[in-house]
Amino acid sequence: MTTQNNSAPAGTTSSAPQRIRVLVAKLGLDGHDRGAKVVARILRDAGMEVIYSGLYKTPAQVVDAAIQEDVDVIGVSLLSGSHGPLFGALCQQLRDKGAGHVLVVAGGVIPEQDYAGLLESGVNAIVPQEARSELIVTTIRDMVAARGPI
Amino acid sequence: MLTGKRQSAPVQYRPSAELVPQVLGGSTSAVARMITRAEAEYDEAAPALSDLYRHGGRAHIVGITGVPGGGKSTLISALIRDYVAAGHKVAVVAVDPSSPYSGGAILGDRIRMGQAADPSRAFIRSMATRGHLGGLSRATFQAVDVLDAAGYSPILIETVGVGQDEVEIVTAAHTVVVLSPPGLGDDIQAIKAGVMEIADIHAISKADRPEAAATAAAIKAMIALGSDAPRSGWQTQVLTLSATTDKGIAALVEAIDAHRVHLQASGELAPREEAIARTRVLSNINHLIRRRFDDGTQAMSAQLQAVAGRASDPLTAAMRLLGPENTEHRT
Ligand code: B12
Ligand SMILES: Nc1nc2c(ncn2[C@@H]2O[C@H](COP(=O)(O)OP(=O)(O)OP(=O)(O)O)[C@@H](O)[C@H]2O)c(=O)[nH]1
Ligand SMILES: [Mg+2]
Repeated sequence: MTTQNNSAPAGTTSSAPQRIRVLVAKLGLDGHDRGAKVVARILRDAGMEVIYSGLYKTPAQVVDAAIQEDVDVIGVSLLSGSHGPLFGALCQQLRDKGAGHVLVVAGGVIPEQDYAGLLESGVNAIVPQEARSELIVTTIRDMVAARGPI
Repeated sequence: MLTGKRQSAPVQYRPSAELVPQVLGGSTSAVARMITRAEAEYDEAAPALSDLYRHGGRAHIVGITGVPGGGKSTLISALIRDYVAAGHKVAVVAVDPSSPYSGGAILGDRIRMGQAADPSRAFIRSMATRGHLGGLSRATFQAVDVLDAAGYSPILIETVGVGQDEVEIVTAAHTVVVLSPPGLGDDIQAIKAGVMEIADIHAISKADRPEAAATAAAIKAMIALGSDAPRSGWQTQVLTLSATTDKGIAALVEAIDAHRVHLQASGELAPREEAIARTRVLSNINHLIRRRFDDGTQAMSAQLQAVAGRASDPLTAAMRLLGPENTEHRT
């Protein structure tokens, strides 16, 4: 369902290897950090550069870090059940701060019936808890490729 | 199992030339984007980076180096707080190693630097070495240029945890702080280590631990023994500090500033700037030349076969590839 953006902007060719940058983030009062650390390793092993936010961040803190680090993707690991309001606030902050190009991927414990609402509020992809690493990696790679260089 | 996905709106690529005035105006997102493009090595970004370089030269650049886990990031977090409180716009470039296997990286410095500071006064950027040896990534220099042009000062560079001879930091910074945790500095270790000799300021971290005083004494003894003449009258300082109890942080800020003043007053600043320029020009020469041969030209593969088959040798092959105008020996 993703379309490839094959027309790279002029001058963005490079002989250097291109790296996808991801901020792996924990939002709110959610102390489960195993999954976030596992995902960080998976993405590193797939050749991406990963910054981990640490625990208990507000949406504003995560968006400020994402802008300075100029990441392609914010990957939020959320197991607390508060995904609705937290993703809503995160995506709102991104739009308010002119960072709508940053892709948002959700993972952790998120019931399927909540997917539609999250996508509606601006989340780009939700990866189910039982997903294997390949699916996590390809989801992110495909999204970034479809969006094109920033 | 279902993956939820939504098509994202395509992004408009903003040419780097358009970002230049925004960087000069201090825009955080423009600064961040220019650093991304320096790392990506887009051809399109090269003129903009040249332009920004010419607008720089105001920032005081401080290199913070030392063994892995010595407390560099934690110290920088305390320095950020003090600099912001004193009204500075401070920036940090923190470098971590890329994995040699996947090329990926986990950039772990930022998490220690917290986020207490107002993001409009403190800019933190994590970078991977991307295969570059020597403790700094190639784009580190360009990131500093961008931050300098945007009006940040001081700019703190955190190197990867270095061993004994990775001293590139000295060619990128005005003031070099070598941070050593307690217990490392028995006399022999201190004298051997090449890194120790590049310090303008020695700081012993984690002074809340008992061995800190002994480590400081060992380093002071090493400096007193040192055969190298004191550089231009600057007396290398040895400080002990603890980022967790906040002891000695203000003294380090003072020492860094004293070194800055010293560089200006003694006339040492100009030769330092030239040393930085020299490393950067040489590294660019290296880069440009390699780029001509890296991507497997026919001439290159012919020479490689000849060398592998002992019909030629590595030096002769290199001289043939470069051509006579580039290989004349200086007399
Ligand atoms: C281990 C665990 C804990 C440990 C956490 C240790 C730690 N440091 O992480 C401890 C014991 C501390 C704990 C505490 C609590 N827990 Co708990 N915990 C779990 C448990 C059993 C496993 C989570 C785990 O670590 N899994 C292993 C990791 C590797 O898997 P993962 O996180 O799912 O990550 C994988 C994928 O989801 C995905 N992924 C994850 N994040 C991301 C992000 C992106 C971007 C992508 C692409 C993919 C992705 O990739 C990962 C690798 O495959 C879950 C049960 C469950 N079904 O998940 C409950 C669970 C999450 N906990 C729960 C609860 C309620 C609590 C407590 C509130 C209990 C209490 N009353 O005190 C506290 C809250 C603590 C806090 N401050 O947040 C509930 C949450 C209910 C909800 N969401 O509605 C769960 C679901 C249990 C349940 N069925 O009720 N917990
Ligand atoms: N007791 C004590 N521990 C400290 C102090 N400063 C840092 N630490 C601890 O030392 C460990 C390493 O600190 P970092 O700041 O990550 O060290 P670093 O030099 O940046 O590490 P790398 O970037 O991995 O090379 C952490 O567990 C810190 O909590 C200090 O002043 N006192
Ligand atoms: Mg560090």
